[in-house]
Amino acid sequence: MAILIGILYAAGIYMILRRSLVKLIIGIILLGNGANLLIFLLGRITQGKPPVIDEGANILIAAYADPVPQALILTAIVISFGIQSFAIVLIKRAYKEVKTDDLNEMNATDEES
Amino acid sequence: MMAQLTTYPILLQLLLGIILMFAWNNVKLQRIISILGSIVGVVVAVVLFISIWNDGTQIVEAGSWPAPFSIVFVADIFAATLVLLTSFAGLAVASFSSATVMPLRLKFGYFPIFHFLLLGLNGAFLTGDLFNLYVWFEIIIISSFVLITIGGEKAQLEGAVKYFTLNILASMIFLTAIAVLYGLSGSLNMADLALKVAQIENRTLVEVTAILFFVGFGIKSAVFPLYFWLPASYHTPPPAVSAIFGGLLTKVGVYALIRVFTLIFPDEVFLRDIFIVVAVLTLFSGAIGALVQNNIRKVFSYLIICHIGFMIAGLGMFTEVAIAGAIFYLIHDIMVKTNLFMISGLIYRLKGSNSIRALGGLYEDFPKISLLIIASFCSLVGLPPFSGFWPKLSLLTEAFKIENYWIVGAILLASFLTLFIIWKLWSEVFWKKSELKTSSSSYLFNHDMKYHRRIQMLAPIIFITIISLYIGFAAENIQVLSERIADELMNPQPYIDAVLNKTEILEL
Repeated sequence: MAILIGILYAAGIYMILRRSLVKLIIGIILLGNGANLLIFLLGRITQGKPPVIDEGANILIAAYADPVPQALILTAIVISFGIQSFAIVLIKRAYKEVKTDDLNEMNATDEES
Repeated sequence: MMAQLTTYPILLQLLLGIILMFAWNNVKLQRIISILGSIVGVVVAVVLFISIWNDGTQIVEAGSWPAPFSIVFVADIFAATLVLLTSFAGLAVASFSSATVMPLRLKFGYFPIFHFLLLGLNGAFLTGDLFNLYVWFEIIIISSFVLITIGGEKAQLEGAVKYFTLNILASMIFLTAIAVLYGLSGSLNMADLALKVAQIENRTLVEVTAILFFVGFGIKSAVFPLYFWLPASYHTPPPAVSAIFGGLLTKVGVYALIRVFTLIFPDEVFLRDIFIVVAVLTLFSGAIGALVQNNIRKVFSYLIICHIGFMIAGLGMFTEVAIAGAIFYLIHDIMVKTNLFMISGLIYRLKGSNSIRALGGLYEDFPKISLLIIASFCSLVGLPPFSGFWPKLSLLTEAFKIENYWIVGAILLASFLTLFIIWKLWSEVFWKKSELKTSSSSYLFNHDMKYHRRIQMLAPIIFITIISLYIGFAAENIQVLSERIADELMNPQPYIDAVLNKTEILEL
């Protein structure tokens, strides 16, 4: 799991550093998934121990699966989904307008005006 | 009613955004609602500020769950001040955009998104929970993406691609930092974290987390090696959008930096050296970048970067006076930078160009407006009675006291270069003879505009200039305020108690 996260982060950052716009988006998606898995991993995954308090007891005694990271990931997934869909529309518009997907050629903003 | 006061600025903007969605096609109605709503926003923020000033920090716990488990909204005096400034800037820009943004853009949901942006800003200032802060940041950046692309011109889209990529990257780094911190401490509540992080054994990992937070917020606040998205994108959208971005978006990053590093990581001494190095380099690179630009709005973009350096320097010195100076600078900078970009829009409307070389003769043609603008420029430079001077004074005194002459040199050089840039701008744009003929384009220029539109354009600039002048001439009040904020930040115990004490009461 830890290695997988490492690969996702590395691949994501590599993809963002490429010049192609499509690869940029793939990089963002990979990085987002890497971050989500990281939250999952660092929430101390425990198998088959729901955080349900037994009848008669007041607090949980045994180790239990922490529900908070899952709530966090759910939020983060929704957010990154929204962002990815925005990103795809954005590069489509940018591609139509600039007629290139090479980031090196996107330098209209640096020209003298 | 009053117990929930802390959430009202957030709810109000949400409500405005939703109401404006129903008036999608009716631009005229949207303008009226937006301006009236922003006036209500100012009233709410003032009420909140006064109540915090008198009664101290206030807490709202979501769903009445006790503090470390629930998401809390904490309004201390720092947050309340920034909400107040946001509401001022929001009102000014709402009025300015209803006069200057093209109706075609307004038809595609400009105003609802604008209010969602303000919603995110207010939320980020008021929240007391780290993950919640992340969510507010996302609301801010998504709204800002829409605002920066709305209209879909070529330059806008290219700027947006750069802006978008780096801000997403910043969010991912921030999220990673949250994940690691949660793994280390098992908490997301900032006050709770303040206690728990101090007890963690594994200091190296804490330092790594602190660095991750610094990089994440650093990209957002555009500090030295991480600022390149800013000058590439801030001059592309309509000036009203640049005004709210320049005034508030980088400042929310600075706010998060100050909040996180005074509350959660106060012990990371080695980071302070990094802050100081970064601050010095930010001051240099921003000032030198601004020197060579020809587009007015790009000059202002680089000046934003330059002046972020002052605040980071204050945080890096980490003494009470220095933090007070940084806070004072933050207050002054939000107002001045909002005003600068509105002025750039005004100049474009008057003369039809953004190029310093092509412009000229503004003073001859519009002497009254020029006098208005010079007041704002003086505040920016910090000529003694104006607002930029006082925070620099505290920062310099403190830098001398801790004998860090790099900061002294950088602050003096950056101030001097700012003065030089503004002087160049003044002599070129206002005094030089103009060779420019007002070219025809799809824009409406000042003399074509209706009278009430012109008022809507000028009134916010006058309004913000008056606030800037107040900050300058009544510096004592602002200094008292900043010192109180700095005191609360340096001694976070009351903050932590205010957030966590309720739990103990409930447990008893």
